[in-house]
Amino acid sequence: MQRDDTMKKKVRNLFLAVLALLPASVLAGPSGEALSFTCAGCHGTDGSSVGPSMPAIAGMDPEVFVDAMKAYRNDQRNATIMNRIAKAYSDEQFKEMAWFFASQKLHLFPQAHDVALAERGFKLHEKHCEKCHENGGRPGDAGTLAGQWMPYLEYTMDDFLNGKRKWPRKMQRKVDAAIADEGQDALPALIHYYGSQQ
Amino acid sequence: MTDINRRTFIRAAGGVAALGATLGFPSLALGATRRVVVIGGGVGGATAAKYIRKLDASIAVTLIETKPSYTSCFMSNEVLSGERTLESLTFGYDGLRRYGVEVIRDTAVGIDPEKKSVKTAGGHSFDYDACVVSPGIGFKWETIEGYDEEVAAETVPHAWNAGPQTTLLRRQLEAMPEGGHVIIAAPPNPFKCPPGPYERASQIAMYCKHHKPRAKITILDPKDAFSKQGLYIEGWTKLYGYGTDNSMIEWVGAAGGGTIEELDPTTLTIQAEIEEFQGDVVNIIPPQKAGPIAFAADLVDGDWCPVDKRTFESQRHKDIYVLGDASSAAKMPKSAYAANSQAKVCAAAIIARFNGLEPGDPTFVNTCYSVVGEDFGISVAAVYGLNSHTNTIQPIPNSGGVSPANASPEIRKREVSYAHSWFKNVINDMLE
Repeated sequence: MQRDDTMKKKVRNLFLAVLALLPASVLAGPSGEALSFTCAGCHGTDGSSVGPSMPAIAGMDPEVFVDAMKAYRNDQRNATIMNRIAKAYSDEQFKEMAWFFASQKLHLFPQAHDVALAERGFKLHEKHCEKCHENGGRPGDAGTLAGQWMPYLEYTMDDFLNGKRKWPRKMQRKVDAAIADEGQDALPALIHYYGSQQ
Repeated sequence: MTDINRRTFIRAAGGVAALGATLGFPSLALGATRRVVVIGGGVGGATAAKYIRKLDASIAVTLIETKPSYTSCFMSNEVLSGERTLESLTFGYDGLRRYGVEVIRDTAVGIDPEKKSVKTAGGHSFDYDACVVSPGIGFKWETIEGYDEEVAAETVPHAWNAGPQTTLLRRQLEAMPEGGHVIIAAPPNPFKCPPGPYERASQIAMYCKHHKPRAKITILDPKDAFSKQGLYIEGWTKLYGYGTDNSMIEWVGAAGGGTIEELDPTTLTIQAEIEEFQGDVVNIIPPQKAGPIAFAADLVDGDWCPVDKRTFESQRHKDIYVLGDASSAAKMPKSAYAANSQAKVCAAAIIARFNGLEPGDPTFVNTCYSVVGEDFGISVAAVYGLNSHTNTIQPIPNSGGVSPANASPEIRKREVSYAHSWFKNVINDMLE
């Protein structure tokens, strides 16, 4: 499964590279790259945020990216600023930015974390989260968790738990199960685990 | 991924193609190395230098900057409150050197647009195929009687470029007696960092609230409205008693006589349009214009540099591009994020032209955060496109705007954290 995905990504990136050699005349409006470059002041060069809380978006699955942008545009997420920004773009432009960021390598940066807590988080992740957030939550078909900025993960989980963001399929059940295992420590443990990854 | 069809794929990839079409073998195609000289190592200049090298490492890029390191003015209001040090805002140029940018410590004093050459104070000249000028702001000293460069350096700092004057203003605030009076004179439009004077008042209030709770801060303003006004007033009301008899901050707009005319630096008295104001600490942010090299190189029309908004090429001289605060980008504010965004459009345009291509359609973003007080952050955002018929940069309709009024404490708190992330990522995108 994991190898298939890696292969899928390799093929996709190769396809992108080949298409990059086509003449520019197929363009109308700003290019996907030009659109994506405007994000860097907050999300880092090519989407690798240097923190401490703005999320990294490099390597993000294109479908997850487009869904997130649409949710922001429709005021369906507990946004601070992204709802205002997302309203400027068409579906087509979301897709162009999605492909740009999907083809970027995610650079991770060290974050202060509690090693013992992170170890407990690793076990919780393996049991409850790994099925969707594969490879310890590295860029894949679900949202990137590995190395994601910890305050951002806290905000996101707060929003899920306080009914301010719609749970993806099955996620609420999984989070409930993790909390049943480790109580109040479950989410901090998971967040410390993700923050520990490099 | 399933709903992303092949046509989309081509358009998405076209983004790379816009720049990449002939970039595969640029040095073979062109023979000679193309040279870009960048004047000014602030946000506009540094970002342009980095992105030109990042997108096409065959181009030789030389950056000429007077100072050995960069100190950001954004976030420097936090130095005034004691939340951070000036050192935490200071960064070297080694990151740019790693991209292969040649960083020269010197001051550009003139540009010969015919010979395509930049002259420096150090007596050197640098030939270019394209020259990027990003000099930031200069001050219109002649507009306030009694206020000049010397007074600013010693007694009444403007601190509108971060550096020794930021430190001076901080020391003055620390030395101010309890119950002291701070005066901030805000500049007329357009000026660098539109929400800055009001964030400054907020940060000083945050310091005084803890250390000098009877202090008063008066903002004298030649305008009747200011950036993020509603949100500032909400924050000031919540945090600093604004609107009550005990308010720490008072704002005097144009209608109330906020326009200043004269300073007596010995008594720290300002003669404003209607009455006099005397302070213990006085901060005057003077009216602004483009930085000196823009005037020396004949790039201005009035106070600022007119540019073609698709490329940021000067409308006065070919092959010279003017970015950031010094350019007239009309609807875009003079902000760090705007300069960063413009620099990438300009970098792509220069590379496209080197390769005989028409520069693509530009897109710009501005975001700007202000920290009004503890756990109280606010922001403004806008996405812009080009109207090429009128050569104007226009916000995309029904998008952007400021943080919502009366947002939850949690949202306000998150915006403080995001303000600090914004700072780190802008610095990273320009220098690392």
